[in-house]
Amino acid sequence: MIELRNVSKRFGSKIVIDDVSMTIENGETFVIIGQSGAGKTTILRHIAGFFDPDHGDVLIDGVKMNGAGRRTKTKLREKMGFLFQSGALINWLNVWDNVALPLVEHRIGTAAGIKKIVDEKLALLQLSDAADKMPSDISGGMKKRVGLARAIVRNPEIILYDEPTSGLDPVMSARIDDMIRRMQGELGVTSVVVTHDMGSAYRIADRIAMLYQGVIIECGTPDEIRESTNPYVQQFVEGSLSGPIEA
Amino acid sequence: MKELVQKSQSGVYDLFSSVGDRMLSQIYFSGFTILLIFRAIVESRFAFRKWREIVKQMYVSGVKSMLVCSIVALFGGMILSLHTGVELKKWGQQDAVPILMINVMNKEMGSFLTAIILTAFSGAAMAAELGTMKVSEEIDALEMMSINPVRYLVMPRMISMMLMVPALSIYTVILGVFGGALVSYFQLGLTFQDYYHRVYESIWVKDMFVGLLKSLVFAVIISSISCANGLLAENGALGVGRATRVSVVSSYLMVLIIGYFITSLFYGGFM
Repeated sequence: MIELRNVSKRFGSKIVIDDVSMTIENGETFVIIGQSGAGKTTILRHIAGFFDPDHGDVLIDGVKMNGAGRRTKTKLREKMGFLFQSGALINWLNVWDNVALPLVEHRIGTAAGIKKIVDEKLALLQLSDAADKMPSDISGGMKKRVGLARAIVRNPEIILYDEPTSGLDPVMSARIDDMIRRMQGELGVTSVVVTHDMGSAYRIADRIAMLYQGVIIECGTPDEIRESTNPYVQQFVEGSLSGPIEA
Repeated sequence: MKELVQKSQSGVYDLFSSVGDRMLSQIYFSGFTILLIFRAIVESRFAFRKWREIVKQMYVSGVKSMLVCSIVALFGGMILSLHTGVELKKWGQQDAVPILMINVMNKEMGSFLTAIILTAFSGAAMAAELGTMKVSEEIDALEMMSINPVRYLVMPRMISMMLMVPALSIYTVILGVFGGALVSYFQLGLTFQDYYHRVYESIWVKDMFVGLLKSLVFAVIISSISCANGLLAENGALGVGRATRVSVVSSYLMVLIIGYFITSLFYGGFM
């Protein structure tokens, strides 16, 4: 379970997150929506332990992530996978080596065992043909899939997705969404997804929270969000120009 | 009038604030770099596991820079012997050129020239490479995979530099002295035999030790400053460019300053 208790964070004079509290249950797919710069990625980075909040606490299965030592953070991160917006592939390693990296570095299993796991994950994301390619030779969508394969290679309990479908064509977006659903259905993974792709959010979410200027202004099931009377939520989900949100 | 006073007050406040910010960021950077050196030393217990990466970095920083090192060392030695030789010849003292050459190259120029070349060649590349990794979230990805970036990236680079800078320094000394031999033979009338005999007589173990110690310290300075700048890069391509520039300038300055203090420690100086 992931818990954020009254988390606030400011960068310089700008308050990025203001007194945010949320609880994400095990096995749940929780989607955070909001405008660019609303603080969505900052929340994700707090959960991953890259940022410590100015106020409040971030707990993963009851263990405090903020202020934790390197060893505790490493232990907590072993439970997590993170799909970065750009894929964040190591540029001098090919696709296969990128996916194998966490297993090789932590010496998890024999060489044959590692090969079996990596080949399996590549096949799952339809990347077997690209195994020998370098990150510079593959498309943005492929990079994301490789990033996802690397994020799930150690079978994490929690996966954090930063804009998993941004810059992808609709078919590829649907494929990534399908992967996220399958992770939840087949492996019981807890997913936290940051996106402003409403189609994707409705497809994958158990619950959706909308962040506006660092504050959660609405949280509920996709149907509740769709039928929300909050003018900010209405304008955002409809992608309308008229409303209280300034473009 | 009141407005003018308020304006000047705010100007003074801005000035102190920006000076304070710069000082704080310098202190933070220095602390980060020193800590990085210690962490890399601690992580060097995993050096055998990372031997492939170390060899790759040795090739990148050492072997690939050999041509530049050769040209700089040869012509550096030739220029040095030409200047001193022409002056000494006026007094009939051109025989002293080999002694001067081996002393200067061994004590100072060998390690200094190598450090300067490798700062531009490898230090800049390290800062740019790690900086690009930082701004494209690859360092974060490593941390997320519980892979220690110091063990994975910094330690192999530091060890490879600690092996290659002393090796290239010796190479630079040999080529520099050879450059001096060429000028002495063709322009000063010394035979190669006389030149090398005098060089051989003037080689001191202490000088060699000081030269190698300097090159080892320079290797740590260049790699740590370059890696620290790369790891602290932010703001996209602009930040990577800044990190590269700052790493080269800081490394040059530190090589000069620390170089002086090592010389002063072994040969006496005012500080």
